[in-house]
Formats: sequence, C-alpha cells, structure tokens
Amino acid sequence: MARAKAARKSTGGAEASTDPAPRPRKRKAAGGVETKLVGMADVVIAAAQRAKDPAFTIPIRALSNVSFNERKGMIEMGRKKQERTFFNVGMAKKFMQTMLVADALAELQRADLTTSLREIYYRAKHTIKNSQENTFDTQDESDPIIEDLEVSLAELREELHVRAENGGSIVGPLVLGDDGDRVDCSRLGKGGYSVPSIVEPEYLDIQKCTADFLLLVEKGTQWNRLSEDKFWKKYNCILLTGNGQPPRGVRRLARRLHEEKKLPVYVLVDNDPWGYYIYSVVKQGSINLAFESERMAIPKAKFIGLSSADPEAYKLPRNVGIKLNEKDVSRAKELLNYAWFQKKPWQLEIKRMLSSGLKYELDALANKDFQYLTKTYLPRKLKEQDWLD
Amino acid sequence: MGARQREISVSEFFTKNRHLLGFDSPRKALLTCVKEAVDNALDACEEGGILPDVEVKLEIVPENGASLPASQASRFRITVTDNGPGIVRQQIPRVFAKLLYGSKFHRLRQSRGQQGIGISAAGMYGQLTTGKPVQIISRTGPRTAAHYFEVQIDTKKNEPLVHENKKIDWDRPRGTQVTLEVEGKYQKGRTSVDEYLDEIAIANPHVSLTYHTVEGETRGFKRTVEELPEAPREIKPHPYGIELGMLLKMLHDTGSHSLAGFLAADFSRVSPALAKEICKRAGVAAGSKPRDVTGQAAEAVYKTLQATKIMAPPTNCLSPIGEKAILSGLYHQIKGEFYTAVSRPPAVYRGNPFVIEAGLAFGNRPVESEKPEVKSRAKAKEEVQPLAEGEGEERETELSRLIRYANRVPLLYQQSACATYKAALDTTWKNYGVGQSRGALPQGPMVIFVHMASVWVPFTSESKEAIADYDEIRKEITLALRECGRRLGVFLRRRGRAQSEFRRRNIFELYIEEVAEACKRLKGGKLPVEKLKEQLQKIATSRTGGSKTDELLGKTGGGPEGLPDSIIVTAEGIEGEVEAVGEAEAPAAEPKTGRKQARKPRAPRAKKPAARKS
Repeated sequence: MARAKAARKSTGGAEASTDPAPRPRKRKAAGGVETKLVGMADVVIAAAQRAKDPAFTIPIRALSNVSFNERKGMIEMGRKKQERTFFNVGMAKKFMQTMLVADALAELQRADLTTSLREIYYRAKHTIKNSQENTFDTQDESDPIIEDLEVSLAELREELHVRAENGGSIVGPLVLGDDGDRVDCSRLGKGGYSVPSIVEPEYLDIQKCTADFLLLVEKGTQWNRLSEDKFWKKYNCILLTGNGQPPRGVRRLARRLHEEKKLPVYVLVDNDPWGYYIYSVVKQGSINLAFESERMAIPKAKFIGLSSADPEAYKLPRNVGIKLNEKDVSRAKELLNYAWFQKKPWQLEIKRMLSSGLKYELDALANKDFQYLTKTYLPRKLKEQDWLD
Repeated sequence: MGARQREISVSEFFTKNRHLLGFDSPRKALLTCVKEAVDNALDACEEGGILPDVEVKLEIVPENGASLPASQASRFRITVTDNGPGIVRQQIPRVFAKLLYGSKFHRLRQSRGQQGIGISAAGMYGQLTTGKPVQIISRTGPRTAAHYFEVQIDTKKNEPLVHENKKIDWDRPRGTQVTLEVEGKYQKGRTSVDEYLDEIAIANPHVSLTYHTVEGETRGFKRTVEELPEAPREIKPHPYGIELGMLLKMLHDTGSHSLAGFLAADFSRVSPALAKEICKRAGVAAGSKPRDVTGQAAEAVYKTLQATKIMAPPTNCLSPIGEKAILSGLYHQIKGEFYTAVSRPPAVYRGNPFVIEAGLAFGNRPVESEKPEVKSRAKAKEEVQPLAEGEGEERETELSRLIRYANRVPLLYQQSACATYKAALDTTWKNYGVGQSRGALPQGPMVIFVHMASVWVPFTSESKEAIADYDEIRKEITLALRECGRRLGVFLRRRGRAQSEFRRRNIFELYIEEVAEACKRLKGGKLPVEKLKEQLQKIATSRTGGSKTDELLGKTGGGPEGLPDSIIVTAEGIEGEVEAVGEAEAPAAEPKTGRKQARKPRAPRAKKPAARKS
C-alpha cells in the first residue's frame, strides 16, 4: 500500500510538472470541463482565505425536483438545489469525496482518456493518512458524486470522459462510422453491433440509414428472436435493445436516429410496471437524469406492447401470466400518479393490469409459437397501428 | 407378559438414558463430570462455612501406552479437590455411588445441587465408559485420618459397591478429593470446561479456583471477595403459588391438629392470627381437623389463601450473589469499559421464592499489561494494513454473549430454551442504544449476566441446562435486564456525546488533508498547500467549540475518546472510575444492608421505567 500511495503521489507530481498536451482529436475542447473542475479547487481556496465554509450548490436529483413539461413532452429538472458544505459533520465526507472525484476527473481530462465509473472509484480510493478510514468504501459512494458533478457543472457524463458499460445491440439497414471503421449494421450477422456508451457525433457517425422505423426492445432475448428471424429485413427497420433499462448510449443513439433520420420509434417491453417505466424513460426521460432529457428523450416514441389489453386480444392463456407481487402493485400505483402517465389511455392501461392482477413477459408469447412475436404479434400490431402514445 | 414385568432401578434407567443427565456427547460428558464435582465441592464448603479453595485437574489418560494430544485424546482423569468439611466415612459410598441420594432434595433451600443425582451419575458414566471406579479421599479434620475409597455403583440395585476402603496419609488437613476417569473429548471454546470455570469465577468471586489444564498449564482464579455469601436457610412453602392438589396433600400429611394450626405451622408468612382470619373468611372452622378438610372446604381455603394479602416469603432463605460481588466478578474476568449489576427484590413462583440478578459488561478494554508497547505496535500495524472493500464490517455484527446461572452454577447448554435467553431477546435493547435484530441477542461487545437464586430452580430437564419459562421468572429477568439496559443507555449516551464532539473535530482534521491535497492536484501542483490546510484547520477549530472542546475531550492526556478506560455504574449513579483493582467496586462497596439506603437517592429515576411499563 505504501508503495501504491507513493506511486500515486508521484504521478500527481508528474502531471503537475509536464501537463501533457491534449492529443489532437475531433472532440469538443476539453479545456472547458477542466476549467470547471479546477474552479472547484478555487472555491475551496477562496473560502479558506475568507475563513468561510466552502460550499458547492448541487441541483437535487429526485422526484421532488422534476416537473413534466407537457408542451415539450419531457421531464425537466427544477431549480431546487442543495448546498454541500465542508464543515458539517453530515456532509464533510461527501465534500471530501467530491473533491477527490473532481481531481480524478481533471486528471482524465488532462490525459485525454475515457474511463468507467468503477475505475474512477478505484482511482480515488485510498486510506486516509493516520487512520483506518478509506476515502470510499464502495462504488455506491462514488457513482452519485459523479452524477452530482454532471449536474452541477452542467456537463454530460461523456464530456467528463466517463463511460458506462456497452449495454446494447443494434442491427438493421444502417451504416455507422466508429473510430474510422465503417460499420454496416446489416452485415453483422444476428449478433449486431454493440452500442458504445458514448455515441455523440464526434465519436459515432451515422453515415447511412434507410430504415423506416426503429424498434427498441427491452429484452435481449426477444431482440435475438427478431434478429434471428431477420424481422428487420422484412419490415425494413432497425432493431435496438438495451438489455433491460436502456443505458445512456442506447437512448442517445435512438434519439439521434429519431431526430437526424426522422425514424419513428416503437418500444416493445414486458407488460409490467417496470416495462411501462422503461418506455417512459425512453419517451420523457428519467427522474435521476432529468437534466439530460433535452438530449435523451424521444417524446414521440410509441408504446407498441406488451399491453395489458394484449392477453385478451391475442388470446394468451391466463396460465402464462405471473401474479403481480406487492412491489409491482405499489410501483404501478406510483406510475399512476406521475404527471406523464395522466393520459386517459395510460390510466386505463395501468388500471387494467392492476385489476387483472397479472403481468406478462414478452417471452410468454412463445407459448403460442416460437415465432409468434415475429410472424403474428408484431405484424398485426403494425398493421392495426395498435400502440399507445 | 406379567412374568416379564419387573421393577426398573433408577440407575438402570439412567444408564440407558444418560443424555437426560447431560452425558450425550463425549465433549459434554467431560464438562458435566467436571461440573458435578465442582458443584459438589462448592456446596460442601459453603455449607461448612468455609471459603472455598477448589483445585481442578484435568489429565489425559494414556491409551495403549501412548499419550495423545489433548484434541485427540478420548480418556481423561478428572480430579477435584476442595477444602470443605469432608464427608464422614460411612456416608462416602452412598454419596458417590447411589443415585438420588443426598441432603438436598427434601428441603426447600438454595443450593447448587438439587436432586442428588449429579456426582453419582458422573461416577456411573465413568464406570460405564472406562470401567474405573470413583476414587475418593476425604478428611473431616486435622485430628482424624483421611479415608481413601474406591466405589462403583450396582446399577441393578442402585447401591454402592465398595472396592477399596483404607486410611491413608493426606497432606491436606481437611477436605474431599474426587477422581473420576471418563471417556470424553476436550475442545476449547464455547461450552468447554474452560469456559465453565471462567464463568464460575465470575459468579463466585469468593471462590479461589486453581485449574490445571490438560496442556499442563496452571490457571488461577483469585478470590476477590473475602467473605462467604450468607448461608441460605431452609423454608416452608409460601401460600401463593401452591396448587390445590399440593394443599390437599399437605392437609393430609400434616402433623397439626387444627386447620389454623396447620396453616400457621406449615406455611411461611402465615401467623396464627392470620390463619384464623383465613379460616373465618373461607367459612371453615379454624379447629377442624386438617384431614377432614377436603373437597369444597379445601377449595374454599385454597381460594382464600390466594385472595388474602400475605407477606412475601422470607428472603433470608436465599443467598443472592449481590451487586457488589457481581460487579467484582465481571470486572475481574471480563475486560470491558462499563459494568453494572442489578439484584431484584425476591419474588415467588409456585410458592418458591427466588431472586433474579442481572449484570452487564460492555466494551473492549485493552488489557493493561499489553498497553504500553504492544498497543503502539498494533497501531503501527494498522497503518500498513488498510482495509479492503467489505472488511471491517464484521465487527459491528458481533452478538453479545449471554452467561446464565442458576444458584451460582453456570448453564452452558440449551441457551435458546432458557427463560433468561427469552427475556434477553424480549428486552428492546434498541432503547438503550444497542443494536438488535429480530429474534437475536443484542449486538456489540457485551456480556449479559443473568443469575437466578432460588430454593428450587425449575429446570427444563434433569441435566440442568435451561431455566423453565415461568411468567413470574421471566418478568423478573426482564425487569432486571431493563434496569441494566437503562444504565447502559445512560453510559452510552454520555460517551456518545463526548465521542461525537471528538469525531466532529477528528473528521475535519482527517479530511482537511485530503481536500487540500486534492485542491493542490487540481491546481496542477501550484498551490501553497500548507497554508490552505492551516486556514481550513482554523475554521474547523472555531466551528467545533475551540479550545473548550479540547479540554472536554481530554486532549491533555486522556484516552483516545476523552474517556477513562472504564466506568462502573452502580445503584448510586454513573460515576466510579476504576483506579486500581482493589477499588474496583468502591462505589458499591457497602455492607449489604446499605443497598436499600443507596437506592433512595435514585428513586425518581427508578420510577421511570416502572411508569413506562404500566
């Protein structure tokens, strides 16, 4: 440990003395972000000089501080802010951690590297001198601080050079340019292209797109089914999945295709409260990342299924349903209260699920036929234009 | 069929059902044998009015000529020697080789043994597993000769068989020595012989105990209380708590000629006047012959007895350990930071008076001898050994330990069946600042001590491992534990306040370093970092109460938390620093009668929990 610590110190010193010039790349100037991060140190220094308690203001990321903008059709962050001060027993550690994360992020900017949330955690972790206390005990402590910094510096995670896992796959008549490579998503077999977490134009270029619409599928298994059946060829569409709650990269890519290539977006999720919420996140943005709605949300996205009306319309037997558990019920009731679920059809949709007491997985369609989703369900949905807005 | 039916002797019964007496596994059997011999020795000394000096020796018996290591050995020789009054020659065979023979069963008097099974059962177990007889040396005084016996038990007849009986020379002027050779298993840890003796030392500070371990070490438990507990006395049953059937039997068996006479003579706390009053109220003639009082009349007497206000049974029949002695025992055997003890007033279950005593030892006091150098070395070690993710969480989930006693005898097995355990679970420790999960003992470095002294302790089985869960007993234990808990709460809150102030300061000191260094790195190294630290430090000091807090925290040479090593909370309050071993119990060091006086000043405090209860 002593060695590691020394090493860390020496790298710090090296940085200080050499200050590597940013590699020329077609990216936004890194200087802006770095200046903001260094500005945090200035806050502390200035406060110390005036014998004041150093403080940062951080917008609150919670339901209490978001509002639904009906005109824009997306969730927006409110103006509520909280102070994070140093000389407060409850906040001192967080303040210290914030400075350490800022330091790590600045280091990243100077070195012009991108990294993961977990690596930030490890980079900023060490044992505090003269104690047994670690600066961070788990990654759960560093992740929210990165989000705090995103919000308070008004910088996107990508601009902070922090990436998430590659969490999604895409296939369809689409050609992308990634680090100088030409990626033709119609020639990548059934596995498709793995969507990187940073898909801003500087990093990912949409070179060609001839699809008619985009289908965002919740589950990887159903995406595999559709991909294997070459659904995208027959219906000339793009298939995208985020394997559950879609990560930012997937959401951002869907938004770009929607915006730049005018593709209508349809969302296919399980029929349960979590499925509804995934749809709403794609459509209006999430509560936690409300400040990013502006570039993530797709207000015109449509909910294509699985609807609580489908079991009847498609004659799904009751025995492939799953009983709603307590958590499901309370989550569904929460959804009923969200401003962006107030449209009548949505209230009806959710209440119908609650009164049936059952939820259905997309996979349950296999009860009819392995290819029921590809051959019957989706074609009929598209033909009947049976979706919710 | 009839020809095959015959009487079964107790010995035969227990040969087949030895688990009932605590001989189920070899490890437990070894403990039970030691326990029975030690209990007998202590009872003998106390009844003889002698401060007990007991020596316990555990040896491995070589098997096939080879001496095995302790963990693998399966045969042990147990020798327990006391300085008691000795046993007269004629009694020796029956005391040690006849089940259900003894002085303790037919009386209502507090003693460790109750039934007269224990030591003979241990001997029988030895006989059964090794074939070796029990060896006894006993001497009743310096002027009489010591007798040496080898006895076995005739299991069919439940009668002793004497193999050897001679006078020998013995270097002790008085006492008894029992040697048993048994099959067993020696293993340290919970429910071990070692733990048993440790716990004996806690609850019996008037005993001097020497323990020669299997490994050949000698461990001494010094006597810390120089006076013998008051001798318990025999009593008659108390009217509250007896059942109708019991009353009928007593009516039948009594030697008295009149009902009133019977009530006054055969029960505690019933005076002749009260006896007449009871008869009058029950509508039964005071002069009627006890034998003739049956059926309705007996029931009326019974009901009246229960309804009449009668003084609580005499408590001089009981010999509680006492708050002072419990504190002393806990303090010397357990290294903690806080100790407290509570003796409840006597109560009654089923006509048997009993006293519940509880104690707590909380915290981890560093052992004195290790303090100077070893601690600094340990500190140095801490610095080079940072904690990894997930480490350092175990400490918080450590459960407290419950040590249970019945008439000063430690109970080691069947904890979960015991009333004390249930009461400990039922106590809401969270109110006192101690964490507790549902259905578990409270968390933290704590030892909970519970002792029940009674003329008859209701065990759940013959092997005397758990106290039966009578409502009256449970209630008393709960009240005692609550009082202990309340005092612990006071201590913890008080310490918590001091700590949080210290922590506040400490947090800032620690984090200023980090924040300043981070600022320096952010600024590309171009920052007078020491100046920044100094400025921040100034803000920290002014915001945490300045130099006043420094004093409060004892930064001028006190402990790391600004607290002395340990505080003993006694009935008087929460003061009482431990200066030296001898003065450990100073605040409680009053004569027994002083206890009641001492209670008065804290009466308003004591009332609070009672009010909460109702």
